[in-house]
Amino acid sequence: MLLLAIDTSTSAITVAVHDGSQILAEAATIDARGHAEHLAPRVAEVLATAGRAAAELTDVVVGLGPGPFTGLRVGIVTARTLAFAVGARLHGLGSLDALAHGAGRAGLVEPGASLLVATDARRREVYWARYEWTGAEPRLLDGPHVGRAAELPEPVLALGAVGRGPMLYPDALDGIPGAPLDVAAGALADLAVRRLAAGADLGAGEPLYLRRPDAAPLPPAAPATAAAV
Amino acid sequence: MTTDPVVLGIETSCDETGVGIVRGRTLLVDAVASSVEEHARFGGVVPEVASRAHLDAMVPTVERALRDSGLALADVDAVAVTSGPGLAGALLVGVAAAKALALALDVPIYGVNHLAAHVAVDVLEHGPLPEPTMALLVSGGHSSLLLVPDVTSDVRPLGATVDDAAGEAFDKVARLLGLPFPGGPHIDREARSGSSVAIAFPRGLTTGRDLERHRFDFSFSGLKTAVARWVQAKERSGEPVPVADVAASFQEAVVDVLTRKAVAACREHGVDHLLVGGGVAANSRLRALAQQRCEAAGIELRVPRPGLCTDNGAMVAAMGAELVLKGRAPSALDLPSDSSMPVQLVHS
Ligand SMILES: [Zn+2]
Repeated sequence: MLLLAIDTSTSAITVAVHDGSQILAEAATIDARGHAEHLAPRVAEVLATAGRAAAELTDVVVGLGPGPFTGLRVGIVTARTLAFAVGARLHGLGSLDALAHGAGRAGLVEPGASLLVATDARRREVYWARYEWTGAEPRLLDGPHVGRAAELPEPVLALGAVGRGPMLYPDALDGIPGAPLDVAAGALADLAVRRLAAGADLGAGEPLYLRRPDAAPLPPAAPATAAAV
Repeated sequence: MTTDPVVLGIETSCDETGVGIVRGRTLLVDAVASSVEEHARFGGVVPEVASRAHLDAMVPTVERALRDSGLALADVDAVAVTSGPGLAGALLVGVAAAKALALALDVPIYGVNHLAAHVAVDVLEHGPLPEPTMALLVSGGHSSLLLVPDVTSDVRPLGATVDDAAGEAFDKVARLLGLPFPGGPHIDREARSGSSVAIAFPRGLTTGRDLERHRFDFSFSGLKTAVARWVQAKERSGEPVPVADVAASFQEAVVDVLTRKAVAACREHGVDHLLVGGGVAANSRLRALAQQRCEAAGIELRVPRPGLCTDNGAMVAAMGAELVLKGRAPSALDLPSDSSMPVQLVHS
């Protein structure tokens, strides 16, 4: 197995290569507005570091968000196109799952404990989800949702939080010290490999937009008085 | 690389997901997926709706282009992509996909200017571009007059719209007349049974100081307002609106200014080839009047067929192939997209 992991749902443009037993290479650039510029060079870089060619990839996993749409799409279209072009299997995973997995792997959450993942959804809102850390991987309990940090349900607000949410809204959210701010593709790759090994079908997946496009349909009908002569 | 490079071109600057493949100056396939129907109920292109549609259409459109051309991805020598100008979020989808292909296939990538690609596409139909060529590009997004000494390195803007694009004016007037979006084809059809001299609508930037200061610029917003006022006055008086006459007179005002200025630009710069491109180039009256005025002025008119005038991947592939044929350097993998890319920047 040679798996490439990509996530562009947060401020990190993050990629990793995993051979099924370990992460061979990982790279990230933090630039909330530069996803399209940085992603392809980072992919080329991790492949070179791992000493592998794109054509050798057997699997591609991408973080499906939620995240700011424009950046999120860069990762998803890159993953879809790369997988198609090299004939690799395409998998999708929730990006918040990867953040939860990163915190759990780092030993920041006790097995059996719950945690909140809250990332920047812009417009003074967060994308959030609640997980239980099993000791090996995160189990999704609620979410993902989008909303104002202060308006999250009481029991969720009491949990230790991972992601940029607590940094952006410190009055509402309680950050776990040392917890990751952005998705790391290494964690995404590790979670994907773990679930694939357990026989899970991750599916190619659709982006988790959680919001409709901003657009109002036209008022009904243009002038009915106009008549052809 | 051989003298006839196989170039795959990707276009996502507006609402068409285009994937075209050329071999040198020969068109092999032109696959387009349009989200125009999803925008109709909004009366115009909604950027986020377009971006979502590009993401969903990208791989299926690449697959279809390959299937219809009978080529394998391994046959592709280079990838070209519109890197600007256009809708920021829409451009990113195409640029990211093109980079993924270039990376997967280990071939060079060329980020190209959408307007230059509208010019370059004509090589697929009429062979190498005369140097220089004058180009009039008219669509829902652009109205530009370009002097093109070399489409791969030297494109000079002589004029552009100062307000609405020509195609935008067609859409807005169509809406006033109760015709569906996009308005161009509907106005064209209505106009055939109307009189182009029934109503004297204004010709923007064609007289006095306006003409001095904006010699080769266009303005269609005043025209659109004049049509709206005329239609409203008719409605207030309780009379039926003569849709065909309004359409024909409006259309005449637009194409009169476009062709007059394009021919004047050819004369002033001593250019004897005029190329008309962009979606509005499908307009039958624009084609007819351009032909008539070019003949009178001894200018040879080149208009690609309508399918190549609207936004498509073939034009991007054609532009990429011209860059390869002229030995221009490819772009880097960190190639950015630029929603307001200046036309002088032919490729990035
Ligand atoms: Zn165009």
